Formats: sequence, structure tokens, C-alpha cells
Amino acid sequence: MKKSVIFGALTVAGLAAGAAAAGTLDDVKARGKLNCGVTTGLVGFAAPDANGKWDGFDVGVCRAVAAAVLGDPAAVEFVPTTGKTRFTALASGEIDMLARNTTWTFSRDVDLKFTFVGVNYYDGQGFMVPSELGVSSAKDLDGATVCIQTGTTTELNLADFFRANNISYEPVPIETNAEGQQQYLAGACDVYTTDASGLAATRATFEDPGAHVLLPEIISKEPLGPLVRHGDDNWGDVIRWTLNALITAEELGVSSANVGEMSSGTNNPEVNRLLGTEGNLGEMLGLSADWAKAAIMAGGNYGELFEKNIGENTPIGLARGLNAQWTDGGLIYSPPFR
Amino acid sequence: MTTLTDPPKESFRLSMLIYDSRYRSMTIQVVAMIFFMLVAAWLLNNAIINLNTLGKPISFKFLSNPAGYDINQRLLDYSSRDINLRAALIGLLNTLVVAVLGCITATIIGVIVGVLRLSSNWLVARIMTVYVEMFRNVPVLLWIILAWAILSESLPKIKSFRGENATSSMSLFDSVAITNRGIYIPEPLFSRSLGNIHLLGDSGLRFDISIDLIAIVVVLALSIFGMRKVTARANAVQEATGDRPTTWYIQLGILFVPMIALLVALGFHLGLPELKGFNFKGGTHLRNSLIALWLALSLYTAAFIAEIVRGGIMAISKGQSEAAAALGLRPNRTMSLVILPQALRVIIPPMISNYLNLTKNSSLAIAVGYFDLTGTLGGVTLNQTGRELECVLLLMLVYLVISLLISAVMNWYNKRVELVER
Amino acid sequence: MSDLSFVRTEMLPEQAPPASEIGVVGWLRHNLFSGWINSILTVISLLAIYGVLSVLIPYVFQSVWNAESLNECREIMLANWGSTHGHACWAVINERWLQLLFGFYPPELYWRPILALVLLVAALAPILFADRVSSKLLIVTAIYPFIMPWLMWGGSVWGPVSIALGFVVGFMVLKYATNAMGELIALIAAVVSALIWWVLLAGVFAGALDAILPFALESVQSRQFGGFMLAILLGVVAIGCSLPIGIVLALGRQSHLPIVKWLCVCFIEFIRGVPLITLLFVASLLLNIFLPPGSNFDIILRVMIMVTLFASAYMAEVIRGGLAALPRGQYEGADSLGLDYWQSQRLIIMPQALKISIPGIVSTFIGVFKDTTLVSIIGLFDVIGLTHAIRADTAWNGIYWELFAFIALLFFVVCFSMSRYSMYLERRLKTGH
Repeated sequence: MKKSVIFGALTVAGLAAGAAAAGTLDDVKARGKLNCGVTTGLVGFAAPDANGKWDGFDVGVCRAVAAAVLGDPAAVEFVPTTGKTRFTALASGEIDMLARNTTWTFSRDVDLKFTFVGVNYYDGQGFMVPSELGVSSAKDLDGATVCIQTGTTTELNLADFFRANNISYEPVPIETNAEGQQQYLAGACDVYTTDASGLAATRATFEDPGAHVLLPEIISKEPLGPLVRHGDDNWGDVIRWTLNALITAEELGVSSANVGEMSSGTNNPEVNRLLGTEGNLGEMLGLSADWAKAAIMAGGNYGELFEKNIGENTPIGLARGLNAQWTDGGLIYSPPFR
Repeated sequence: MTTLTDPPKESFRLSMLIYDSRYRSMTIQVVAMIFFMLVAAWLLNNAIINLNTLGKPISFKFLSNPAGYDINQRLLDYSSRDINLRAALIGLLNTLVVAVLGCITATIIGVIVGVLRLSSNWLVARIMTVYVEMFRNVPVLLWIILAWAILSESLPKIKSFRGENATSSMSLFDSVAITNRGIYIPEPLFSRSLGNIHLLGDSGLRFDISIDLIAIVVVLALSIFGMRKVTARANAVQEATGDRPTTWYIQLGILFVPMIALLVALGFHLGLPELKGFNFKGGTHLRNSLIALWLALSLYTAAFIAEIVRGGIMAISKGQSEAAAALGLRPNRTMSLVILPQALRVIIPPMISNYLNLTKNSSLAIAVGYFDLTGTLGGVTLNQTGRELECVLLLMLVYLVISLLISAVMNWYNKRVELVER
Repeated sequence: MSDLSFVRTEMLPEQAPPASEIGVVGWLRHNLFSGWINSILTVISLLAIYGVLSVLIPYVFQSVWNAESLNECREIMLANWGSTHGHACWAVINERWLQLLFGFYPPELYWRPILALVLLVAALAPILFADRVSSKLLIVTAIYPFIMPWLMWGGSVWGPVSIALGFVVGFMVLKYATNAMGELIALIAAVVSALIWWVLLAGVFAGALDAILPFALESVQSRQFGGFMLAILLGVVAIGCSLPIGIVLALGRQSHLPIVKWLCVCFIEFIRGVPLITLLFVASLLLNIFLPPGSNFDIILRVMIMVTLFASAYMAEVIRGGLAALPRGQYEGADSLGLDYWQSQRLIIMPQALKISIPGIVSTFIGVFKDTTLVSIIGLFDVIGLTHAIRADTAWNGIYWELFAFIALLFFVVCFSMSRYSMYLERRLKTGH
């Protein structure tokens, strides 16, 4: 009997979804909520707190998009996805965008038919070992037992690295970072490998972080960024330029603290264009004129998001490194707002 | 005079399809079949349309692409350059290994616990009850995760074997090392090995058969055949003369002498594990993930088997054993000839479904990083190729075949046991 | 000749049994040390109990209940006991227990799942404790399937009402058409008319009533469901929905119609032959592919569908067992009364078969309930999924045993009480005959 209720709900849901097969942007506006795919929990990047409120660096991107599109950074449904379900969820339209530290690779872009709209974190796969082992390079790891977090490109990079250097290893695949951490601390593996950001975050929460070192080798390029489905370029543009707006805002010195003041007009035409007091960039995207202002107000500019969630003053303590602005020698670079 | 005539033949009317019980069953079946076909066609049609819009038509080509990842426990040779199909095969073998090991230990533990629950020792019976209730009422996934964590936390670390003041040492004359990465046991090696037979060339399904193993099996089979001959001779002599010739030393000789000769000829020796670098080298490595999964699955399933065994034993009425005693059977003969065959009839059918459950639960191996079929084909391969439909369908198909095989074998055995019944 | 014969004229006073046979000593001798094997077993058991308790008791009781983060916990442990090992940090449970129970359900609406649970007990009581509870409560049972989704998901009250009306429509058609057209056609007509109602009219009806008399609860997205509540919800929905499907499958499997039988056997054996996790993969990865393009409904509903299918195959086998356990005389009796197939099923066979099956149904429920933990593997936030999320919080990263101990305890309490109920029922059914 309950079945019928569900089937009824299904029919309604099916009809509703079928009726609204227009562009994603219109869908999101009609729905009044952005469905954003995130991880089921990764320290600093996305995790729910005791009240179920999501927080983190990737979450910040979702909130900025929601603010830009809907004017409300809280109008986001966070859909937790695993390494396995994330692409299906995006392809089937269950989520509008995926902000789940996903590596931009050729096959995901071309074969799986997704559009990566940019890079919000440049990462790379690293190694962590207890300092008492006295290992100083990943090439000394011949015969070591390596804990790998699976479901990502990690295990492929690892296999390639050890094969290329002609050394052997014993892989211990692990589903979640929490389990990997437990196994590593228990000494069930000599080395823990995942993205360097994850390693730093994990090490920061150890009882004795000083007893563990990150090896200098970064064995892969992991440009992590938000992605959308192929074929809806308008929606892709919205995400791409929201991310770029956050980056440009940092470059131009626009922050959540001074954005209100600056939006009343400045001497810098680019700031004016960005904040919608000059030109009609928002209209071109199909958004309101102050879309970028709303996005910046949501959680701050790129630099603020970084510092608040994963920066050096947080327990995770990541340095900007590659993720500094191009003006500071990093790779974070936004095309001009013009 | 009237003759019996057939009633006039009714002409067929459409309403007879519903009201005439001769045709009604046909109607229902045809309707059911059409309905089923329609639903299936609808699903397939949807799938084809959706896959076309996704641009991912069904294709199994990914199976012959390089897998790219390494697998720690492999029964056949495998490297990250091998194809996905071979990775799936390695995973399948790992599934079978843990399922077979699990079924055996679950049966042993289950029988012991089931008997001990009926023990007259109050304390032991209570402890066994606590064990059974604890394991039955907590999800198996939780037990698997906990077993893994407990093993890795409580067993000695590799580093405690190292250095001058090592706190742990190997057991059994330095032949077995118990660590929190698994257990290292000696492996059989042959210094004058006869080599391997390579089958299926270079394909993804290739495998080697050791000629040494074949030789051992053949010699063992011949020895057993010889022993049977001797027993038959002894029986014949006993029938004829009433005296049974002493044969045990001949039997032992037939069993051991050829085997020892063969092993010496092959240069049999044990490869002992020893600590080298980061890990123990040599020997056979039973990994922690295998042990944790094996342990958790066997303990969990054993709790159910214990209940079945207890129920089976209690189902045999006391009159049976009293009658056996009255016939003058000794207690162990009573057990083997009277109680057990009857208890087995009650025990075996639910045991089959427990074996099936254990096999299916082994798919939770991903929780402890054991590369079974779900971890390879349904895990990394699926993640890396993005071929969800093909991977999941293949996965289901393989599990279905395994399940059907297990139930077929067990049902056949059940039939054999059932013949005992009168 | 002296009289040596002796005849006792009064009974000897009864002597107290030897001290070693009574009281504590006697009990110990009989139950713990009745032979050398038993003595050894007892000593080993005592040692094992001591070993477990000596670790467990300080861990559970010398523990930290109030702290903001794991590091704070560790500081308190160091200050109090000088070591961070062997002591629990229950502060994480203290902070997150509501989340572990309810997931992300809005806290101000917690009364709704709680009320749904209370009503569930009220709805099940007349079935499970038929001899003690008034059968008037069966009304609650009948309307529960409509109240529960309304309470959980919220929305307008007219939605569930109009769906319930579909059953009324079907029933009416069945009742009045049976005389006019015969049973089979009436049944088909009833199903068709109910379907027409649901697909075409129910939405309009609910919308109209909603406009006239708006009465709605705040609606809750199903992805806000989580924690232990999700396990209970999945279990209840799966068992509730699988019962009718299971009955149909069980009857189909026993039927004399080869095609129907073959279809049912294939379905049951297929579902029972594959692990639940692969069905959950289907729910999370494939189900959308098999539905019309553009249709999209959330993962919890998809999981509910797959878990229901899974449970119905097991349910069919349980009910088949119940059917097989009925004495043949019942079938023959029904036939001899001139009842047709559906009448005899409805009036004679099913009521008895279902009653015998209740213990089996309860244990299927326990199994499904435990198996709902697998949804954490496809990324739903059930209790185990929430442990990943909690440990991804910087404050609690690195915590391990406390969360799992809490979860294990939750499951143990619920499953143990259900299995005790099932045993009680089996005993009662046994003495009934």
C-alpha cells in the first residue's frame, strides 16, 4: 500500500522533471535551489557540522554559485556523492554541478562527456611516512606497504610511478580517508598516499604531527575543479565565471568586507564591471547585475575561502603554493572581465 | 433405445477465454507474458534512448584495455599492465577464496558453538549465548570494519620486530610471523621444479598449472587407490578365514613412501619469511584484509549456524538415543548412526542459505580494502572506465552464477542425505 | 528362639543433603565444575571474561563526556589519567547523537519522525500482539501507510488522502462490478480504475482541495533523511511494501500456470542470487538509465525501490514456507466448500499462512534492517555514512571506536528486542496447536 504512495510520488516527480527539461540555469531558477554534488566528507573541503550545515572549500564554491544565480547562498541542496556515484549523479541530472575535488582528466572531459569549468585547487599526489623510517624520497620505498585511498586517479598514478621507477610495493586500498588514517597510524602500512592537500589535512589532526613527514615527490598533477554536463554551455559559463569572479575579486582586492562599499562605484573600471555597476556582464550570463557581488558576499573571494577553510590559520594549515594568484607566483589566474 | 452421444460441440466464443476454466489459465498466462514483455521492452527502450543521449552505447571493449592498477592478493600472475578482464578474474578468485575459507570456518565454529550452547556448563552456555546474540544482532558491515581495525591495532607492528631490542618475535621456530599487516607463513618450494604448463597463451584468462602439483596429486591418488586395494584384500581374507591380516604398516608405507620419494626428488623445502627492509619477504602472506574479512564473515555466519545446529540437535527426540542405547549401540555409534543423520536433515537446508549469504556478504570486502570481484570489476574498473551499466550487469551475472552453483551443489548433497530418511 | 526381627515403626528423619550438593557450592559443582573438562572450560571462560572486562570497563567508564574536539578530549585524558589510550571520548556522541539518530532532519521537526514511530508501534500492535491489544487499533494500521509518508515528507495532507481515495475507488468498483461482470473482470476493472484515478485525477483532486482547504506540513526533502532514522524508514518501507509483492510472488511460485510460475521463480532466484550491494549499485548508478529520459527522482526513493524488491524475494520465500506448512486438509476443506481460488486464498489459506509466517517476517525485517547499513557504501548518510562525515569535521578527525560502539549498541538494542519478540511468538504459536 505504501508502494502506491511512492509510485504516486514517482509519477509526480517524473512528470515534474520531464516538464522542465529546459536549460539547467532555468531549472535551477525555477526550483529555487541549486543541487550541488559534494564528497561524503573530506576535511576542509566539505563536511557537515553538528547542525547539518555544510562547510568547506568546495562547499564555498557551491554557495557562491547559489548566491550568484539565486541571490541566496543558503539555497543549496548538498548531495553527498562517492567516487563511484558522482559522475552518474551529474550525468543523470540529479545534481546541477559537481564540486567534489575531482581531477580534470582527458577521459573524464572527453569520454565521460563532462565540462570542467576551471580549477579551484591545484593538487598533486604525495606520500606521508613516519619520520622514524628515515625515508627521504619516494624512490626509497622499494617493498613498502602503501595505503591508497581508492575511487580516484590515485591508484593509477601510484601503479605508474612505481612501475616507471621499477620498484615494488604492496598496495592496501582503502575506501575513506578516515579508515586510511586509522590504518596508517596503526602501522598497518608504511606509507599513506593521497592528494597532498589531504595528507596535510590528515597530518594536522594527528596527536603528534611532527612524527610524520611528507615526502618531496609529488607524483601527479591533480587539477581539481567544478564540472557540469557537456552540452549546456550557458550553465557551464555561469559556473566558470562565478569561479573566475571569486578569483578576480581576490586579484583586485575585492573582499566580502569591502564589496558593499566598492559596489557603489570605484575608479577601477574592471571592479565596476565585475560588480555590475558598469556594463551588463550579468545580463549576458542571464543573471542579475549584482551576481558577482552576491557570490563574493556568500563566503568571500577566492583567497578568503582558502584562508577560512584550508589556509594556514586553520588546523589544516595548507600554504597557498601553486594556488597563489599568478601575481604572487601561483597558477590561479582568471581571464579578464571585459 | 438411446445411445450415448457426445454433447454437441460448443463453438468457441470469445467470452470463454475468461469464463471457461479450460481457457482461463491460458488467458492469464498470455496476459502475464504480454505484460512482462511490455515492461521489459519499455525498460530496454528507455535504456537505449538514455545511453544514446549520454553517448555511451553498450560496449565491452573496456574489458580488454589495460587496468592500470595493482592488486595485492593475486592467485594468478597479474600486473598493472594486464587488462581489466584479468583484473576481474583475479577479483573473482579472491571472492571464491574468502567464500570457501569462510564457509569452512563458519561451519566449524558454528557447530562447536551450537553444541556448547547446550553444554551443562552454565558459564560456557551463557558465554556462547552472548556471542551468538552479539553477532546476530549487529550488521555484518560493522563487524567487518571492526575486525579490520582490531586486527591492525592489536597485533604487533612490523617495527616491533626490527632492531636490537625487538619487542616481538616470530613464532613456531621462527617460521611464522604474526603482524598487523597479516600473517606470514612458510611456503612450499621445489628446488628441482618440473615447471609449469601455460594454458590459454597470453589472453586475459591465461593461467599456469604447476606440474609439481599434478605429480603430487597423481601420486596421492595412486597411493589411496593402493590402500583401498589392500583393504579389499584384507576384507577378502577375513571373509574367507575369519582372521584379519594386520595391514596398518603396509597402508602407512603405501601412503608415505612414494610421497616422500617424490618430494625428495623435487627438492621440497619450506620458504621461510624473513624481515627485509619494510616488510617480511618470502613465505606466504595472508593479508590483514583477508583475515579480517574471513574472521568477520565466519564469526557472523557461525552465530547463525550455531542456532541452526542447536535447533537441529534439539529437534531429535530423546527416544531416538534411548532406542539406540536399547539396541546396544555405543554412544559414539549412536551419534554417528542415529542422531547425526537425522539432525543433518534438519540442518542442511538452512545451512545452504547461510553459505549463500556468506558468499554474498563477501561483496562487502571493499570496506576493508580486499580486492574481491566487487572491488575490481565493480570498484576500480568501474570508476576508471565509467562503464556503470556493463560493469554492474557483469557483476550481478557472476554473483548469480556463483549462487546458483552453490545451491545446486548443496541441493544435490541435501538429496543424498535425504535418502537416509524412510 | 529370640526374636531378632526388626520392624521399623516410624520413618527416619529426613537428612539434610551433603553440603557439597546444595546451595552455592552444589550449584557450582553441578554447573561449573562437574568434571575436569568442564572445570577447564570454566577457568578459561573466567579468564576470557576478565580479559575483556579489564579493558572495557576503564574504556567505557573512565571517559570524557564533555569536550569540543578530539584534541580537547586528549588533553583531558592526559590530565586525568596520564594516557590517551584505553579511554573513550564520548563527547563526540554527546555532540552528535541527534545527528546520528535523525540525520539532517530539521531539528524543530523531530516530533514528526518520533510521532511516526509511535504510530508505527500502535499500528503494529494489533497484529503483533493480537491477543492483548484491542482490534480497534486496526484502523490505525489501515491508515498508517498514508500517514507515515505525510509525516515524514510533509506537504499537503490532500496528497495522501487522494492516494488513499484511489484504493476506495478500486474497492468500490470491485464491490459493485463483481455482480455485474464476474470476479476476474471486476478485479481488472478495479485496478484500472484505481490507476486512472491516481494518474489522471488524484493530482487535480488534491490540488483543488488544497486550494479550498490548505492544510500542510512543512515539506522535508528526502535527502535530509539520515542516521538511524533512515535505517528504520528503509526497513519499514521495504517490509511494508514487500509484503503484498511477496504474497503475489509466493502464490505465483505455487501456481499451476507454467509461465507465471516461471516468471516468479526467475525473479525470486535472481534477487536472492545477487548481493544487496549490487542492487544498491543499480539504484545509485543504473536505475535512471532504465527510466524514461528526463525522469529523475532522488536517491532515497531509488534505494527504497531496490530494497523493496530485495525484501520481496525473501518475503516470498517466507510466505511460501507458511503456505507449505499449512495442512493439506485446509486446501481440501476450502475446495469442498465450493470456494474458488481467490475466495479460498482470502478466507482460508492466507490468514493462516500469514500468521505462521510472522516469525519469518520478523527475521526478514531484522535482516533487511541490518543490511540498510550498506547504503553508506553508495554515499547515503545512514549511521555508518555519518561516521565518515563526522570524522571529516576537523574537530573530530581521527575518532574511531566511540562512533562504531554507539552504532553497534543502537543496532543491538533494536534487533535483539525484535528477535526476542520473534522467539516469544514462535513459542506462542507452538503451544497454540
